Amino acid sequence: MGKLTNRGRADVYEEYDARKLGEPIKPVEDKWKLVPSFLKVKGLVKQHVDSFNYFVNVDIKKIVQANEKVLSDVSPTFYLKYTNVYVGKPNVEEGFDTIKFTTPHECRLRDLNYSAPIIVDVEYTRGTQRVVKKDVIIGRMPIMLRSSHCVLTGKSEHELAKMNECPHDPGGYFVVRGQERVILIQEQLSRNRMIVEDDRKGGIQCQVTSSTHDKKSRTNIIAKNGKYYMKHNTFQDDLPIVIVFKAMGMVSDQEIVQMIGTEEEVLERFAPSLEECLKNNIFTQLQALKFLGAKLRQKRFFSAASKAKSPMDEVRELLATTILAHVPVKSFNFKLKATYMALMIRRVIQAQKNSKLVDDRDYYGNKRLELAGSLLSLMFEDLFKRFNFELKTIADKNIPKIKAAQFDIVLHMRQDQIANGLAHAISTGNWTIKRFKMERQGVTQVLSRLSYISALGMMTRVNSQFEKSRKVSGPRSLQPSQWGMLCPSDTPEGEACGLVKNLALMTHITTEVEEGPIVRLAYNVGVEDVSLLGGDEINGPQVYMVFLNGNILGVCRDYVRLVRVFRMMRRGGYISGFISIYPQHQHSCVYISSDGGRLCRPYIIVENGRPLVHQRHIDELVQGLRNFEDFLNDGLIEYLDVNEENDSYIALTEDQIELNVTTHLEIEAFTLLGVCAGLVPYPHHNQSPRNTYQCAMGKQAMGTIGYNQRNRIDTLLYNLVYPQAPMVKSRTIELTNFDKLPAGQNATVAVMSYSGYDIEDALILNKASIDRGYGRCLVYRNSKCTMKRYANQTFDRILGPLVDADTKKPIWRHDILDVDGIAAPGEMVQDRQTLVNKSMPTVSASRPKEPVQPEYRDVPVSYKGTVPSYIEKVMVSSNTEESFLIKLLLRQTRRPEIGDKFSSRHGQKGVTGLIVEQEDMPFNDKGICPDMIMNPHGFPSRMTVGKLIELLAGKAGLMEGKFHYGTAFGGSKVKDVCEELVKHGFNYQGKDFFYSGITGEPLQAYIYSGPVYYQKLKHMVQDKMHARSRGPRAVLTRQPTEGRSREGGLRLGEMERDCLIGYGASMMLVERLMVSSDAFQVDVCNICGLLAYSGWCHSCQSSASVSTINIPYACKLLFQELQSMNIVPRLTLTNYCE
Amino acid sequence: MDNLEESKSRFILNEYGVANVNATDYPGGFNCEEPWSHSKFEKKFSIEIVRYNKTEMEFDLIGVHAAIANAFRRVLLSEVPSMAIEKVKIFNNTSLIQDEVLAHRLGLIPLRADPRMFEYKADPTADPTEQDTLEFELKIKCKWNSSSHKDATHPDDLYRNHNVYSKHLKWMPIGGQADIFKPDQVGPVFEDILINKMRPGHEMDLRLLAVKGLGKDHAKFSPVATASYRLLPEITLTKDVEGEMAERLQKCFSPGVIDVEDNGHGRKKAKVKDARYDSCSRNVFRYDDLKDSVKMARVKDHYIFTIESVGALPPDVLFIEALKVLKKKCTYFLDELNENSNNK
Repeated sequence: MGKLTNRGRADVYEEYDARKLGEPIKPVEDKWKLVPSFLKVKGLVKQHVDSFNYFVNVDIKKIVQANEKVLSDVSPTFYLKYTNVYVGKPNVEEGFDTIKFTTPHECRLRDLNYSAPIIVDVEYTRGTQRVVKKDVIIGRMPIMLRSSHCVLTGKSEHELAKMNECPHDPGGYFVVRGQERVILIQEQLSRNRMIVEDDRKGGIQCQVTSSTHDKKSRTNIIAKNGKYYMKHNTFQDDLPIVIVFKAMGMVSDQEIVQMIGTEEEVLERFAPSLEECLKNNIFTQLQALKFLGAKLRQKRFFSAASKAKSPMDEVRELLATTILAHVPVKSFNFKLKATYMALMIRRVIQAQKNSKLVDDRDYYGNKRLELAGSLLSLMFEDLFKRFNFELKTIADKNIPKIKAAQFDIVLHMRQDQIANGLAHAISTGNWTIKRFKMERQGVTQVLSRLSYISALGMMTRVNSQFEKSRKVSGPRSLQPSQWGMLCPSDTPEGEACGLVKNLALMTHITTEVEEGPIVRLAYNVGVEDVSLLGGDEINGPQVYMVFLNGNILGVCRDYVRLVRVFRMMRRGGYISGFISIYPQHQHSCVYISSDGGRLCRPYIIVENGRPLVHQRHIDELVQGLRNFEDFLNDGLIEYLDVNEENDSYIALTEDQIELNVTTHLEIEAFTLLGVCAGLVPYPHHNQSPRNTYQCAMGKQAMGTIGYNQRNRIDTLLYNLVYPQAPMVKSRTIELTNFDKLPAGQNATVAVMSYSGYDIEDALILNKASIDRGYGRCLVYRNSKCTMKRYANQTFDRILGPLVDADTKKPIWRHDILDVDGIAAPGEMVQDRQTLVNKSMPTVSASRPKEPVQPEYRDVPVSYKGTVPSYIEKVMVSSNTEESFLIKLLLRQTRRPEIGDKFSSRHGQKGVTGLIVEQEDMPFNDKGICPDMIMNPHGFPSRMTVGKLIELLAGKAGLMEGKFHYGTAFGGSKVKDVCEELVKHGFNYQGKDFFYSGITGEPLQAYIYSGPVYYQKLKHMVQDKMHARSRGPRAVLTRQPTEGRSREGGLRLGEMERDCLIGYGASMMLVERLMVSSDAFQVDVCNICGLLAYSGWCHSCQSSASVSTINIPYACKLLFQELQSMNIVPRLTLTNYCE
Repeated sequence: MDNLEESKSRFILNEYGVANVNATDYPGGFNCEEPWSHSKFEKKFSIEIVRYNKTEMEFDLIGVHAAIANAFRRVLLSEVPSMAIEKVKIFNNTSLIQDEVLAHRLGLIPLRADPRMFEYKADPTADPTEQDTLEFELKIKCKWNSSSHKDATHPDDLYRNHNVYSKHLKWMPIGGQADIFKPDQVGPVFEDILINKMRPGHEMDLRLLAVKGLGKDHAKFSPVATASYRLLPEITLTKDVEGEMAERLQKCFSPGVIDVEDNGHGRKKAKVKDARYDSCSRNVFRYDDLKDSVKMARVKDHYIFTIESVGALPPDVLFIEALKVLKKKCTYFLDELNENSNNK
């Protein structure tokens, strides 16, 4: 510690110069270079990887240790003890006992799980023998890509290429059954913290959601009729608080009151509660327990254990373990828990007095993010407990039996339970934790591989637990405390608006830090244990209560020193950098947090009005002598979490630093945006919703997905033939490597109106540009089939092409098949042609006595789609069930056509309205004619000034031969850009003299023109166009089917029908609703009014007055359905002409 | 120049737009007192070649109407035929580039072949003949370079044939084509157009069929990189501009447009030297004190025409070809007109 202060002093003296003090602080140049070095250390999805690493390396051991013993009820000598657990390297089992190390890409292609064995060392008894066994596999753990156990970590670009992996792929997801799945970050209210809030009735309540490894419970302190009660779901009624205190052994009223506070006001408010206890005649702990025992909620299922206990014992047990479960109670010493509860009451009383003390639920300091690691650990613990329980039942069952071989528990350990449990949870996203009665859907999602950015964007997505359908504004709106932690732009529109968020660029999510050393440090700095102190001392005016992760650690008189020492130790690297400490003066508390899931972000430390990071540090960084860790270790930069950030004074720029006030300096302002919003050039010039729209659209843009895109066989993959890096870049683009995996092209845009086909944001494209490859894209789809083996020893087979007997050539459907019966690569497939000529045995279930030649039925895999595709490649492999797996990759190349959707990076989307020949396009003095024409009406209402600047900067960049920067809150300045344009003989406003391509005369207006980065979005007409004259009908109603995929009809809906009714077009109605839909001829008997069949009325037994009419089939169906429920509809017919 | 004359003959470049844009000099327009006369046209009309080389030329087209100049431009862009690869028969392509994309890339390679020597292919499905098709072959295989140094890392040292250039296209004469054309008359215009990149094991075996086509069918058939014109700029100083302002004025225009010379009294004075190469960037309007002292205009019937040939034919030939196309169209139109009137 001495060393630490010395260093600090030395630096101060070096700087301390009376004259210098007045000078403005020179901004450190290239301070932004800290950001790439941060990302180099942390990576873009480090949160996921860190959290998973923590789970696999630390948490899993803790879980196994907590459940280390399996005992049996029947044999006291039997035990099974886990002595060690670890996760191996990812591999696959290929047949019996052949195990092969695998790579993620192999798993993707072969529909396998990328998982590693979970290996334990055990010690157990076999008979009377003690056996130690090492390396027993108990299950398989899906491995997160780029985590510590992944084969990809630490590999060079070349090695990654060998493994068919893209070096820019962020990892952080799982490969389960060949599918890439992400465990989304889940946002939750933080556990074990008091939250004071308004309840529904207008009162104040204090709520704590306690959570420990095996219990989860919620405790409320409420105020009702001037008295205070505790609410908990194990009790039927609200419990008078004083009785609870008495039940915890705090029998003296004075003791209770002193704990809560002896201020006049507190006394006044608390007196009625004391009185109530008195009225109930409760004076001793026993009486209180009895009173509470009567209020216990009746359990629905009696288990064997609970029967033995009396209600009083049960209450005591509950108070100790379930109520406020996170506050430890050792041998029924309730002192700490009572102090905690007293503080809850105190908070409620204070909040009743001063409404400012009511907490904000949406405040981000009260939130914790749950990541893959913590979710998996919940799941694993549950599965492991079940695994052990099952072992126990097996032991209970088998030990009494006398067998030749002694009972060996290890032989009964089945791998598949834990393996399937984890894999199933990840592949479905259903997180069912039995012990918490937790059931959550949609925890995982398929990683969207539409574009590189969509994959990255998914990794930073934060999902909140709030219900989407509820119309609440609080949790959806942007909280000031989200500054720098969550991207203010990137959120979807519509129902999930504000509930789904994205992390900002530099956000880090903490993993748990061990509490032990912190506790020791705190006690050394003068924190006193509460259990030794009385209520009066705890609530003294100068006394600050110290909390560690929501638990009372003690009290402290000199909180300033405590906070200072903690921060110093943190900066010196003596305690973890992710421990946060801050005083809360309204509560008179100091909160220390070391739990996982807090959001934090690095800041430059400012001391004596000077940032500690100097130019020389940055120079060293550039030279490679320093990395980000060094900045942390030297105490120049530190991580602040939301709560501590709230307690700091952070300057945005150097000139905003105030002496003796500012504590920190922002590293770079653009990092407050996320990955997706970072693509937008000049976002600070745009209207904010436009940036939000771009965040959504960037994920639909096609381009490149990764360097390994050609090796992938995905269900759907869009590629651009000639993707380009944007002319106007941003720092974020470089940091995320978007310029290496781009999704879009720089189009020369002329902002003018043309032809009228450009209204409503439609775009005009130059045909020559399209001819030369602009907007050309590739669409890949796959087609899969497996060849199964059945129980009766029959199996699927593939036959070669069927040859026409006359022509001796394969029939048309099999035209593209190779001799092996699988379509050949390079062939063009048309609608309904066969890709794999597979056939299946007709009988597969029953087992014949002797093997007979099975009969086969054709089940070809055929191509569907009006537009033909080419076969890019065919993969033949095997999957886990050891059946053949055949995957075909189909490809289409598409050139832009009218109706295809394009978008710039400013939330300005539009469809192609017209494709114009080059000679009809306007051209300027230099002979340049634009690739695209955009209507100027797109600007005034959208206010996307950023796009105007992008055009200008792009144009100047073209002339200079360099990329301009449109980084948020910075970037190339318009003035400089204009000056560059002038230098190259262009108009300073970016407007050029254009000639009409049609008349050849000059245009009256000067045209604003230059390159703008345009994205081609995945919505293309070819996938949407649809028409039907006749086609398939639904079986039941005989009405046309619905939807494009079923070649369905276009519905004339209710509103359209109303229009026709209003217009009086009755014949048209009949035609639309019946004739063209489900007209049906029925015979009706005029006597009984029932339906007759084939001219014969079955009810009247006559054909005398049967007539034929046309009615909708659905109507006939209705009649029959009514009849089936004993309602008889009768038709009365009159002649149309009468 | 009086106002009427000016509005007839000049476009004025104002700060916020161009004046006199709409043509009024068509017969019957108020600016056109007399019908079009050939003699007058002959007197006014001239072509002056300013710059000429194998691929590019600049010439002045003076005394024509915008419609005529534009017609040449449009015809050059899309209706003068040229040869381009239209069909690619792929026997083998194990390289990374997809078949369609490869075919597209090959199509865009400019070919050196005189389209006048060929005929259009009437039926695209018909077999190629020596009159309508040029055939090329691209057969290349990438291999490891066995003689490379052990520590070599550069692709150029490691592999053979890993970059496929247009020079690898091999002309396969059909019929008597070998007698008609010399080998240097047929082939890609540039040798170094990168077609594909390959790695050992990759192989391409293609037959390429080039046919004659028009730019309006596909841009690859366009014989020009671009053909375009601009109007002759005209700059007049309405006031004397002296001293620092003169230098500032000079900077507002392209180099060489404004001359600053000593007016004899030690003061510098601006003078218009040559307005021809001004880029018409109108940057004078940035300065309030200068913008009233200059008048920028463009001469209405003086077209500075630029033709950038793709390389198959020299630009002057292309222009003449364009002329022929236009003439043919006119005769066709005339014939149609006559036929119509005859029918009546």
